[in-house]
Amino acid sequence: MLHIKCPHCGMRSQNEFSYGGDASVKRPELGKDISDQDWNNFVYNRKSLRGKHWELWQHLAGCRQWIKVERDTGSHEIFKTLKAEEEIS
Amino acid sequence: MQKYSVFSLIKNALSNHENWDLAWKDPTPKKEYDVVIIGGGGHGLATAYYLAKEHNITNVAIIEKGWIGGGNVGRNTTIIRSNYMYDENALFSEFGMNLWRKMSQDLNYNVMFSPRGIINLAHSDAQMNVYARRGNSMRLNGIDAVLLNREQVKEIIPMADFSENVRFPIFGGLMQPSAGTARHDAVAWGYARQADSMGVDIIQNCEVIGFDISAGKVNGIRTSRGEIKTKKIGLCVAGSTNILAEKLNMTLPIETHLLQACVSEPVKPVLDNVVTFGAGHFYISQSDKGEMVMGGDLDGYNSYAQRGNLPTLQHVLTEGIAMMPFLSKLKMLRTWGGIMDMSMDGSPIIDKTHIEGLYLNCGWCYGGFKATPASGWTFAHTIAQDRVHELNAGYSLNRFNTGHLLDEKGLGTKTWIS
Repeated sequence: MLHIKCPHCGMRSQNEFSYGGDASVKRPELGKDISDQDWNNFVYNRKSLRGKHWELWQHLAGCRQWIKVERDTGSHEIFKTLKAEEEIS
Repeated sequence: MQKYSVFSLIKNALSNHENWDLAWKDPTPKKEYDVVIIGGGGHGLATAYYLAKEHNITNVAIIEKGWIGGGNVGRNTTIIRSNYMYDENALFSEFGMNLWRKMSQDLNYNVMFSPRGIINLAHSDAQMNVYARRGNSMRLNGIDAVLLNREQVKEIIPMADFSENVRFPIFGGLMQPSAGTARHDAVAWGYARQADSMGVDIIQNCEVIGFDISAGKVNGIRTSRGEIKTKKIGLCVAGSTNILAEKLNMTLPIETHLLQACVSEPVKPVLDNVVTFGAGHFYISQSDKGEMVMGGDLDGYNSYAQRGNLPTLQHVLTEGIAMMPFLSKLKMLRTWGGIMDMSMDGSPIIDKTHIEGLYLNCGWCYGGFKATPASGWTFAHTIAQDRVHELNAGYSLNRFNTGHLLDEKGLGTKTWIS
């Protein structure tokens, strides 16, 4: 089982969280020229590589906050967690 | 090639089975091939077989990092079906059903195809309406579908929970009587043996390190066993699609996720069909050895681990016990996991790419095994003719650009939410 350190609540089991996908994906900025390819990349295309992966999780059965988690997709090791508004360094 | 038959069995029994030919060879890679298939799973092996059989292209190599049949073709729950509503999925899958029906004879290899029928259970009036619509669509496409009421389901699977006060009462179900199961390893081995006999080189323990592409054209690949020249590459690597796509500087509408399955200890015959739970994601059948074969949801986060986590297994088996309470008495024999190429609309991709000579076969989500023959057949056509067949025209990569999604299950862009 994964154990995720929620930045608000501390270490909790995977059961309390739900997954939200790749956290590095950025929505195209409004008011600028946005190509179909930009939208396509935002909505559908994902790198989904083996190794370190920044992803969104929601502490659904806890504080209900969205958080960012850096996890290895091969070993499932978790390196770092951030609040949703904190930038990935 | 030695033909497998009762006579060859008796003949070899007399010599203590010491004189059987090897089912396939272990060749050293040649300098150049007409076509290189990357991935020695079910789809890759089937593609090579149909390239040789249907298109007379035999100077073909299958490059496999591990051993053939060691990925998802050896890890699935062996279900074969064509109970789809959308024309693209229904016609493609039903074409595959016809290949399944004659596969053992075609390959001279007993794949133990068992058309035992699949029943999708319904747990509300609304779900019965949805099933009626899907069943009618299937029948319009020439696929057998029978809508069952509660009593009819009870007659077929009496061990399901038919008590009154349950959270998800059984209202009925949709049955495809011609669906079934097959021996998954035999499918890989049967395709491998025939492809090998027609001249295809099956190269195992050979990892693809990079691609040689210039001016938008394929020239070859670099592998752990040397460089191989080729003008055409077919990518059939399921859960490793994203890893190879990165080497090609492509980003695809695919995420790699972990899917678990499990079998119980063997018990006497109790379940004749494949049955799926309609209020969640759980499916079950009984193997010829008597094990209950079960599976359900993805673990739900990107993963290449090929082994699962307990919370998902618990969740899936809770659904199973809600559907068939006797399962709670069984001991679990084995659990395992495989990595799935989850596409963003839940349907696969079999298409050409922007690189000339590079062909893509991925996005099989939960349903790769049943598609093995149809996928191999249409992918072989796409590679040989350099154009898609009408059967896989709907499985284009460009549909994500144009909005022509095949979202049969209505899961949107997050197919891992179910």
